[in-house]
Amino acid sequence: MNYTNLFKISLKALANNKMRAFLTMLGIIIGVASVITMIALGQGTQKSIQQEISSMGSNIIMIHPGGERRGGVRLDPSEMQTLKIKNYETLKNECMYLSAISPYSTASGQLVSGNNNYPSSVTGTGTEYLEIRQLNIEDGTMFTEADIKTSAKVCVIGKTIVDNLFPDGSDPIGKTIRYNQVPLKVIGVLESKGYNSMGMDQDDIILAPYTTVMKRMLAVTHFNGIFASALSEDMTDYATAEIRTILRREHKLKDSDEDDFTIRTQQELSEMLNTTTNLLTTLLACIAGISLLVGGIGIMNIMYVSVTERTREIGLRMSVGARGVDILAQFLIEAVLISVTGGIIGILLGCAACLAVKFIVHWSVYIQIWSVILSFAVCTVTGVFFGWYPARKAANLDPIDALRYE
Amino acid sequence: MGNKVIELQNIRRDFIVGDETVHALRGVSFTITEGEFVTIMGTSGSGKSTLLNILGCLDTPTTGEYLLDGIPVRSMSKSQRAILRNRKIGFVFQNYNLLAKTTATENVELPLMYNPDISASERRKLAEAALDAVGLGDRKEHKSNQMSGGQMQRVAIARALVNNPAVILADEATGNLDTRTSYEILMLFQKLHSEGRTIIFVTHNPDIANYSSRNIRLRDGHIIEDVRNSNIRSAEETYLTLPKDEDA
Repeated sequence: MNYTNLFKISLKALANNKMRAFLTMLGIIIGVASVITMIALGQGTQKSIQQEISSMGSNIIMIHPGGERRGGVRLDPSEMQTLKIKNYETLKNECMYLSAISPYSTASGQLVSGNNNYPSSVTGTGTEYLEIRQLNIEDGTMFTEADIKTSAKVCVIGKTIVDNLFPDGSDPIGKTIRYNQVPLKVIGVLESKGYNSMGMDQDDIILAPYTTVMKRMLAVTHFNGIFASALSEDMTDYATAEIRTILRREHKLKDSDEDDFTIRTQQELSEMLNTTTNLLTTLLACIAGISLLVGGIGIMNIMYVSVTERTREIGLRMSVGARGVDILAQFLIEAVLISVTGGIIGILLGCAACLAVKFIVHWSVYIQIWSVILSFAVCTVTGVFFGWYPARKAANLDPIDALRYE
Repeated sequence: MGNKVIELQNIRRDFIVGDETVHALRGVSFTITEGEFVTIMGTSGSGKSTLLNILGCLDTPTTGEYLLDGIPVRSMSKSQRAILRNRKIGFVFQNYNLLAKTTATENVELPLMYNPDISASERRKLAEAALDAVGLGDRKEHKSNQMSGGQMQRVAIARALVNNPAVILADEATGNLDTRTSYEILMLFQKLHSEGRTIIFVTHNPDIANYSSRNIRLRDGHIIEDVRNSNIRSAEETYLTLPKDEDA
């Protein structure tokens, strides 16, 4: 049979019933549009959560000295003095997957400024620490490499420290605070980050050059740890492996030796959140998928009505020489035309809705190509599937009865 | 006489209704040659509809053989019969059966749509020629709802002609029309007859038999009369004697 002719016949039949065809399409349009929009929203949520995690430093890598056995006794890792300045410098120079690295050394004690005092701890870091922890200077400046070289007595403080040491609201910049015998000049104030998800105050922080903390306060030559950030979240594994190789070499460990350090990342957290958002996306897609199904049933319903209503027409077509397969093909093509046209309109509408959400509500939205292809494929299959039974009913009509149908 | 277009050999058709068997046709035999204008008449229940369905290859006889243009029909499959209808038969129905919201030309093109050997341009040409032949050359683009009953029936006749069939089967083709229009349509059939077309006209109106070349009467599934009409009346003459439209 000539399919061009059948196509023309089907198109004509749809054109004769524009309103009905459109209303039938509407089910598919809404279904496809909602599948696309929902998946885009789900993916957008996932992306924005990922961004939030990385703003907390999702690519943070923490290196701590590992516990070591000495004569059968496992020692407290913080007692280990294995992470030295030399290790830090080697890592800084050799690691390719790191965007920032900073040593980390803390000294706890009472801070005093004038009549006020506050218990906290001074964190000795490098200049890149801000980048790793996603901290920003609100006022003043960060200390420099030169300050680190000279073990300068300067510090950058968080909001909680400001509130406690300078309760009168005076500008802390340029003032001096004292830790034990060491006076530190405040040169910067950090932007407030509030509490983290563990309930820890992230503004209770004093940063000083790590050399200052190690030499002037603690008089030690090792770090409590090294913080680094990988180039991206995906690179975290490579960076971890690289750090491990370098540190094992630096520490002259044999192949049989255990690591004398531990490396931790934030990946677990982000993986957990990814699982949650994936679940969310699946749920949204399921709801949207149901509406697509309902749309498909709408097609089936209308095709059934259409077959009944056009019984005489079918009889006529048969009497002038249409075979069962021709009638089957005609109605199937009609159903597929409805679903495919609906699918295309749905895709356009879905994309438009995504853009609207993006620009009006400012939610992050990511249109997934696979969701577009998938929903289009599904609605085509829907057309064939739900069009099949009505079309077969039409094809199996007896022309004599069909012609006589009132 | 020309070739045998239709040859019925002892056709029987039984229907099973519940537990009973209804014998609609009880052994019907006749031959129709090319160029005949045959009326088949009978009261309701005489079996003329069943006969028409068999002649039109819409139904197959229970026993007996039917040769259409020399082709045995009884053993054919449904799709084979569909193709046969498409090439050999033109139907004209009482209620026109035109496609709604469709122009005259498109309606006439319909049988050719199911013939893949005919191109779109050829189809158009044949349809227009058929419409010219039935005197609707000026109404080719009119839709079926913009036409009178007589015009719709002309479109239906053009549709029956367009595939150049071996036989035109008309089922009460004037049944829905007023007297004047009926004669107009009869004139058209006579014109086609004079052009050498084979026409079978099924009706219960005995008057029409006067205008055909042969009349077959059915009763209870048997042929009770099969006469040739040596004195064919002209539908045109009758038409001219009819009173003009009362309203006019």
